[in-house]
Amino acid sequence: MSASVRIPSQLRTLTGGEALVETEGSTVGEVLKALDAAHPGFADRLFDADGGLRRFVNVFLADEDVRFLQGLATPVAEGQTLSIVPAVAGG
Amino acid sequence: MEFVTGLRCRECARPFPAEALHVCDYCFGPLEVAYDYEAVRAAVSRELIGSGPQTIWRYAPLLPVADPSPIDLGAGFTPLVRADRLAAELGLGELWIKNDTVNPTGSFKDRVVSVALTKARQLGFKVAACASTGNLANAVAAHAARAGMVSVVFIPHDLETAKVVTTAVYGGHVVAVEGTYDDVNRLCAELTSDHPSWAFVNVNVRTYYAEGSKTLAFEVAEQLGWRAPDHVVVPVASGSQLTKVAKGFAELHAVGLLDEEPHVRVSGAQAAGCAPVATAFAEGTDAIRPVRPHTVAKSLAIGNPADGWYALQTVRSSGGALAAVTDEEILDGIRLLARTEGIFAETAGGVTIATLAKLAAQGVVRRDERVVAYVTGHGLKTVEALVPSTGATATIAPTLEAFHQAVVVDGDLAGALR
Repeated sequence: MSASVRIPSQLRTLTGGEALVETEGSTVGEVLKALDAAHPGFADRLFDADGGLRRFVNVFLADEDVRFLQGLATPVAEGQTLSIVPAVAGG
Repeated sequence: MEFVTGLRCRECARPFPAEALHVCDYCFGPLEVAYDYEAVRAAVSRELIGSGPQTIWRYAPLLPVADPSPIDLGAGFTPLVRADRLAAELGLGELWIKNDTVNPTGSFKDRVVSVALTKARQLGFKVAACASTGNLANAVAAHAARAGMVSVVFIPHDLETAKVVTTAVYGGHVVAVEGTYDDVNRLCAELTSDHPSWAFVNVNVRTYYAEGSKTLAFEVAEQLGWRAPDHVVVPVASGSQLTKVAKGFAELHAVGLLDEEPHVRVSGAQAAGCAPVATAFAEGTDAIRPVRPHTVAKSLAIGNPADGWYALQTVRSSGGALAAVTDEEILDGIRLLARTEGIFAETAGGVTIATLAKLAAQGVVRRDERVVAYVTGHGLKTVEALVPSTGATATIAPTLEAFHQAVVVDGDLAGALR
């Protein structure tokens, strides 16, 4: 399954400045692991010691917070877009 | 003189320069302004502050930007009102209302925006933007107009009419987004990456913006004769305000303006229709599960609160509590405050008062405590929430007979005997 991931400015140093990266995976977790394989460093930034998303990292699949879906196990359909967004905003 | 030494990640303590940065680019933790407190201590005194302007800028040494002419509509130094009639109804002793409804655009957001845009201008920004539940939109549009900056504010499409009109009147861009505040917020967080030349006050300059809320603590302490209260009740949306109120009291002691170390119990108020932090408190967990808001208190309708975790820790470590109140209780809270103290609060103020009542009934807020409740927005902003339940006592023909038939006024002996 191919998917694209939108990269926030804070993490674009890992992608050589690219804001949108094409990658693979059938779940949110797989897509993010594939992203890390292609651009080492992502896993460290996105996941805590237990392998879950860090407290201040939000991931959206087709504009829906994956915490409202099945988290990292949420299935990703062909051509869907994931967004990584810092949680600290608003209010 | 400026006392800021830089920014620091609250999670991993990595240092950053004092620029338009809001998250740690390593762990995504929030950045916090760091000050040289020893230098502040040497520079400030109660007398110096007392002779300063009647605005938040009297506390400039503890704000994150030094500017001799800040972007200022007169935010802050709002009344601290002794609320004996409300205290009597709630069975409390010394109760005060911090009446922040009387800020220039009618809410505490003028404090944070005055700070954020003054810093943004210093950093070279020409465009002021924000994600808002309404109050922030008002404040950004007004302060940007004052400063001659372009404003672009993003709001949920279903906001109260008054909040839309009172934003649009300042002539900036108002973009209504078909979604909740959390959708608006996510959009703005992404736009920040695409428009690095825009100052989103609660995104890329949030670190500075949030500091403005400390003045809510500074003023209360000064107005109480440089003493901290025993217990404060603060509304919780993102959780930033509550966290910064606690920080404000601690800082006053750190720089020598409070003699004794403050032990302020900090309690938080949420609407039952959007209570992710109060729910985590009730369940005794650290995990704040995002919710989809459904509440009349739209200014507090943040389902995924950025500082929720810190607010929760602040409440727990201070010995406070969090509670959530229903829409009906919120509207009752608005009327109770208006009826007893003559202060008309928006729905968020209703949340605070209803939560205060609930915590007082539970014995969490106690009669022997000096209590301050923060009422942070004006009732005219959310008047439509009251329209179904609050209106004219009677509608009559213009005759004495019709009046006497329709209206009985309490305490009017002549009327009662007639």
